[in-house]
Amino acid sequence: MELKKSFLVFLFLFSLCVNSVNQEAILSKKPEKKLSDYEFFNDAVAQIPMENVLPYVLHSALFSDYADKHRFVYVPKGKKAKFIPNEVYDFPVGSALIKTFSYPQALNGSRMLLETRLLLNQESGWAAHTYVWNKEQTEAYLKVTGHTHASMMYFLDGEKKYVNYRVPNQNQCKECHLKSNAIMPIGPKSRNLNFSIQYEEKLANQISFWMEKEIVEDHVPLDLIVNWSDDAAPLTAKARAYLDINCGHCHMPGGSADTTGLNLNLTESEDRKIGIYKKPVAAGRASEGMKFSIVPGKPNESILLHRMDSLDPGVMMPESGRKLSHSEGVALINDWIISLK
Amino acid sequence: MKFIRLFLFFFFISNIFSEEWIIQPSPNAQNEIQEALILAEPGDVISLSKGTYELNHGLSLDVSDVSIVGEGMYETILDFSNQETGAQGLLVTSDNVLMQDFAIENAKGDAIKSKGVKNISFIKVRTEWTNGPDSKNGAYGLYPVESIGVLIDGCVAIGASDAGVYVGQSEQIVVRNSRAEFNVAGIEIENSYYADVYNNIATNNTGGILIFDLPNLPKQGGKFVRVFQNKSFNNNTDNFAPEGNIVGLVPSGTGLIIMANRNVEVFDNSFDNNQTVHIAVVAGDLESGDDNYDPFPKGIQIHNNQYSNVGMKPDVSRGDLSPILMDIAKGDMPDIIWDGLLPMSELFFGQPEKEKIIIEESSDTNFLDLDVFWYVAFPFFHSPSRDKSEFKGSITNLPPISKWN
Repeated sequence: MELKKSFLVFLFLFSLCVNSVNQEAILSKKPEKKLSDYEFFNDAVAQIPMENVLPYVLHSALFSDYADKHRFVYVPKGKKAKFIPNEVYDFPVGSALIKTFSYPQALNGSRMLLETRLLLNQESGWAAHTYVWNKEQTEAYLKVTGHTHASMMYFLDGEKKYVNYRVPNQNQCKECHLKSNAIMPIGPKSRNLNFSIQYEEKLANQISFWMEKEIVEDHVPLDLIVNWSDDAAPLTAKARAYLDINCGHCHMPGGSADTTGLNLNLTESEDRKIGIYKKPVAAGRASEGMKFSIVPGKPNESILLHRMDSLDPGVMMPESGRKLSHSEGVALINDWIISLK
Repeated sequence: MKFIRLFLFFFFISNIFSEEWIIQPSPNAQNEIQEALILAEPGDVISLSKGTYELNHGLSLDVSDVSIVGEGMYETILDFSNQETGAQGLLVTSDNVLMQDFAIENAKGDAIKSKGVKNISFIKVRTEWTNGPDSKNGAYGLYPVESIGVLIDGCVAIGASDAGVYVGQSEQIVVRNSRAEFNVAGIEIENSYYADVYNNIATNNTGGILIFDLPNLPKQGGKFVRVFQNKSFNNNTDNFAPEGNIVGLVPSGTGLIIMANRNVEVFDNSFDNNQTVHIAVVAGDLESGDDNYDPFPKGIQIHNNQYSNVGMKPDVSRGDLSPILMDIAKGDMPDIIWDGLLPMSELFFGQPEKEKIIIEESSDTNFLDLDVFWYVAFPFFHSPSRDKSEFKGSITNLPPISKWN
């Protein structure tokens, strides 16, 4: 009897070890009600993933109201993502990209989880869902209509601040992730991953590690994109990296903002399409009396900078995903415009 | 087994019959409407009962074949006065969507935008900024862009700081039986192909109707637009567009502007009491830096329109042309002007016959070719002309848009 019991305990523990991602849930048309049902995490509160769910870090990241982001990738066993130059990896059906947003609640590292966004690659393409963490931090629940975390505390330069943090609704996910009418991931491009991070077992280049874990086909990765916050990097490279990850997902051919003719993706090379002496098309009052998106040397006459800094919903860019102005990003683009001739 | 069959039966039934989502004004209406817009299945109708809905966040629809129907443009009101997020009141990104019988008021950005869709209908929808003309109002009222198949019928658009009705980079468009009032531009068709604009009222705007083609955009070369049976009058509101916007250049008191478009037919309209000019045919940006952009209007036909009371108080504060017009007209203000700009070769050797403007109007219609090039370049050769006989020709009617009949 005792033996049987310990055998059961063993079986249970063993099942925990091999227990892995709920593949069925990823492929299901109907999203799960609870984040835990996907079984991505060993300890979701601590953001410790299952063994075959790998953490990853982007070299240059989107601003989201100073929230920290914890990113993970899952590729089903036996399948591999394909490398496409300049594009996001082509992940196989059944893959998942997981991103949890949090604010540190104290300088010692305790944190408040806000939301976990999922991109699930299904037979019919990527599906986007958002799970909102409860106050008790015990579970995150599916929320299609978005949610406001009122008066969330966060730290900026060691100082306590508060924000009404807005979780996007399902359609807003699509607005940013849309490319030629299909939902696409934005971050995991080769050039945004080609650097080393500390894994549990070792320090390793992310792409080499992905190849070692056999979740991506062997390939020669692209050059690393500049980190926009790297003081040592050239100004133009930083500015273009910042605009690429913060604006380029909509402001690119086939993106949600392609009708404006303003392309801010890294591969755009024409000055006017990047905004230099480009007249606004549908900016309306957001132009605030200025004549061009970017006037070289004159940040105060550049609509692009004004819209980056604004908090007015009818003016601000991006249209969703922030409630705060990103002063570091605004300063960077300000300096870049001053440097343009 | 029987149970499963029954289940399957209901499963199919539920897919065949569309669902009606009935929503009432309530403190939770924001979530209820947005939830319906996300969870709706193709074929569903989202019914907005009468009353005022106070909304804080922009709404969006991405499910095809859905209708959003209120109980009347003055009965069902979506009020965005306290909008906190979203660049529009309502954004539609799916095909075959019908919007009918409701109003969007005081959106922080545009009122209703549709982008990249097929077959979108706005019927008896009102978009309004209720404080009247103000540069702080949103840019566009009804704003379909990059869409194929657009119907705007019986709508009302008031107070937009750019255009009340703005159809951009689209095709197969009908704008009819609608009223645009107190906007900078009443009705604007921009960078679009195949449009019928008829039986509308454009009044108290800065400019009544604009048919524009702009450079440096994914879709350009606007063509085949018919403007007929409209009334464009009293469009004398001061231009309140923020500078930098193209409509910021429109002088107050303009009935209709055709800029850089080709194949536009303007007929059976009435123009009255526009204080600068009734119709202006002008070139677009000559220094666009866009090799694919042709700034010169071509194939413009203007016939059988009625004109009365024009140029009482020309607005010379906006755009480059109106001071020139004032200077040349010497008090005898024309109904129709053409800037006379042509590619250099055509200035000397003449325009191809089929690209010439054709004007077939009653003899008392007052026309002026400003001959702007020589006015600016070398006034000695400047020869403005009031003679419209050289623009006589036979009208080739453009085909109607049959899609929305």
